[in-house]
Formats: sequence, structure tokens, C-alpha cells
Amino acid sequence: MLCQRCKKQQATVHLTEIVNNEKRERHLCEDCAREEGVALKAQINLQEVLSGMLEAHQAAGEEAGLTCPDCGMTYGEFRSQGRLGCPHDYEVFAEPLKEVLKKVHGGTEHLGKMPKRSGSDERAQRELMQMRRNLQDAVQREDYEEAARLRDLIQEKETGG
Amino acid sequence: MNLDEIITSPSPWLKPGGPHSEIVLSTRVRLARNVAGRPFLARMDADQQQEFEALLKEAVTAALDPDATIWFDLESLTEIERQCLLERHLISREHAAAEGPRGVAVSTDQRAAVMTNEEDHLRLQVYAAGLQLDDTWAEADALDDCLESRLTYAFSPTLGYLTACPTNVGTGMRASVMLHLPALALTRQIEKVFNAVARMRLAVRGIYGEGTQAVGDMYQISNQGSLGRSEQDILGTLASVIPQIIEYEEQARRVLVGESPVALDDRLYRSWALLTHARTISSEETLTLLSAVRLGVHLGRINGVDIGAVNELFLLTRRGHIQRIRGAELDESERDRARADYIRNRLDNHG
Repeated sequence: MLCQRCKKQQATVHLTEIVNNEKRERHLCEDCAREEGVALKAQINLQEVLSGMLEAHQAAGEEAGLTCPDCGMTYGEFRSQGRLGCPHDYEVFAEPLKEVLKKVHGGTEHLGKMPKRSGSDERAQRELMQMRRNLQDAVQREDYEEAARLRDLIQEKETGG
Repeated sequence: MNLDEIITSPSPWLKPGGPHSEIVLSTRVRLARNVAGRPFLARMDADQQQEFEALLKEAVTAALDPDATIWFDLESLTEIERQCLLERHLISREHAAAEGPRGVAVSTDQRAAVMTNEEDHLRLQVYAAGLQLDDTWAEADALDDCLESRLTYAFSPTLGYLTACPTNVGTGMRASVMLHLPALALTRQIEKVFNAVARMRLAVRGIYGEGTQAVGDMYQISNQGSLGRSEQDILGTLASVIPQIIEYEEQARRVLVGESPVALDDRLYRSWALLTHARTISSEETLTLLSAVRLGVHLGRINGVDIGAVNELFLLTRRGHIQRIRGAELDESERDRARADYIRNRLDNHG
């Protein structure tokens, strides 16, 4: 929804006013709300902020089609749910996520604590996840032979690695 | 130790005596962590979650001191029991309401809790009474190290700890401080605090009540971003802002006492009178009155009342606890009666 005042920016401030016993709803962008002296409450629901931003981001149609090869999540699905499917999504959706992260956090690079054990081989971890997903598919199409093979393979990798 | 003992022992975040405890109830540090090589919860089917929950439970219980930790399988608890854990802030609202295999490891002193299969695979949190940002972080950091020795975390050198929701990525940390700000609310200055705080990438929300309405004048201030700043940096922002809010609240209290002592006392004693004589009382009214009484005790205008008992009533009069104490499921009007009886009983000696 566009701001009713400037008709340019997204309306993010929604007011219900009672004037002469008449209820009036107004939808303003933050800038116009500030100019009109509306106190912005600091009670920001991050989830709302995020889904609002994600919506505003809908522009790029091709981004919505980005699909993670590991978990099968598409950027479009993430946008409607607000939750990612697996750690690898951060890489697959890196481009569109960049702006979201900047808005939410201010920064874009991690500056905090690091795990003591440097994360084990990332490729092996991704392989494991793909195998688990294949296992799930095999079970779903009732290919139990393949499922058993994959289960053994996963066990072997997990205990061996 | 079992759930009953947890529910009948005082919550650490309500104990008086912490730094600045007249205004700051507690400090909390929460860390979001996920295990590498596994999808986030949204992409797990029921079987996978079941298997993964067993793995997490084993790792978490092995990492923690078995003599000082209790494990709760949330699926096997009743709704009232989950509500009680929620009211004690040992699990989140989402964790209480969710479905599927999930659990929580709680330290027997109730200062630390590790939720499994919440929004993230693991949510660790540590509580302390009063304002104790550095110590609380140090404890959460150590707890995190313990768990990390058993589990490989999903971590990226550039984005930090990878979380199901991008709002938590990076440090995965949310540090929050619970404040009681009745004088700022009474003198209508609380909005100013909100505006100042919002500029510092901090968020304010009421602890009780729906949405924007803060019942009982209890507020929580926490960091909003978790990426691009170190934990120390984030804690530093809170450490610089909170003392200013404390100072504003103290100022507002002095103004109330100095300028309108009769109106103030009238309000405090009416609240006290209602609490000690009501025969039926809603949870919301209870919080509002308790807030005034807590202010009155701290200002030395209501004497002979144990502040610990007042603090505890903020918790023990909640929906889940009042039913647990009565040992029965109660509907709303029964709860209101049970609540009024319980409060009168607890404050009896002083009334």
C-alpha cells in the first residue's frame, strides 16, 4: 500500500483516528508520519518488518525462482514464510538476502564469536544433507531398497567422518 | 528434582538483590544455534524431527551436568505445565505452542535453559537477577562452548552462526534487560524512552499484555541486530543505555514524591487495599496493582512488606501457575477467585 500523503513510499504507519465521532483510517510512510508529528512507537515486530521488506523486494521475479539444491527451498517460499530451509540457503540466496540483512542488522559481516572447532568440512556436511533429502524422497516413493542403501551410507559417513 | 519442585521454587529473575534490582528485574542472554549438515525445522518431516530430537537430547544432556539439569520432553507435558515453563521464561511462547518432538533442558537453579527444536535447532538462554550483562554473557558463552564440544554448528566465516530466520544470523544473540518503569509510565514519559532507544538499534516491548500495551509497567529492552557487531559491542550499547533509563526512572520517582505525595500515596494504598481485600481479580488488574505496590515498597512508602513476596506474585498469579497451585484446571472466573484468595493469603501477614 502506498502512503496516502506522498503517494510515493510504502505506507508503514497505520493510524485510526476518531474525528467528530467518525472513524478514519490513515496509511502513511514513516517520513510523512514524522512530518505530521506522529510519534512512532519503538515496538517493532521484527517478523512484520522482515515480511514487509521481503514483500517490497518482490520486484525481481527471477530471484523468487532461486532454489537451494540441498533442501529444495525457493526464495519465493522463504519470502512468504520468513524462515529459511537450511544453512546453505544463505549462499544460494546471497544476492537478494544481502539487502535484507543490511536493513535488519545494519552490518553484513560477522564480527562476533567463532566456534572453537573450525566447522568440519563444509562440503561433507552438504553432501550429508543431500543424502538425507534423497533418503526422504526414496521413502516417499516407497523405494525401500534405495532408502536402505542411503541410510547405511549416511550412517557410514556420520560415524566415519 | 521434578517439575513440581521447579514450579514451586523462586525464579532467579525475580529474586531481589541483583544490581539495580529496584528497577531492573533481570538480564537475559539468548543464543540461537543450528547443527551443520541438517535442514532447519521447516524442512524436516515428522520422522526426521523425531530422530533429530533424540540426537539433540543426547548431545545436550551429555554436555550438561546431570546433577544440575532436568530434561523436559514438551510433548509429554500438559498444557498447564508448558504454560508454567513459559511463565518462568524457561521456554518461549512459540516453543510452548508448537507441535512435534521438542524439549528443554533446565538447570536446577533455573538460570539456564536449552530448548531443542524450537525455531532453531538450539536456543540457549541464561538469566540473572538485576543488571548483569557481562556475567550473563560469560555464562551463556561457556554454555555454548559446552554444547559445541558435542555438536558441529552451522557457521559461516562471513555470516556467523546461521539461523532459520535471517533476523538472528551473525552472533545469534539477543541480550535483553527487563525493567520496571512505573514512574515513567505515570508521568507519561515512557514514549520518550522508546524513541531514544529505537535510535540505538534496540527494541522495547511490554513483557505482559498483548502487542503494544504494557501491563504492569514491565518492559524488555533488547538488541535488534545480530550481524555486523560483536557480542561485546551489542552488550556495550545496552550497558550504556540502561543506566540512563534507570536514571530517568529515578528522576520521575523523585518528581512524584516531591510534587504530588498525597496523590501518589493514595494510588499506592488503594492498590494495596484492593490486592489485600479483593475476592475476585483478573490477571491484568493484578499486574497493574502489583506494579504500584512494588513502587510503593521501593519508595519506602508502603512498609513492612517483603519485596520478594511482591516480586514472586508477578509470576505465581499467572494463568498457568495459579492452576498448578490449585492442582486443577480452572476456567477464567474460577482462576480470578483462586488468584484473589492466593494473593490475600500471601500478603496476609502484612495487611
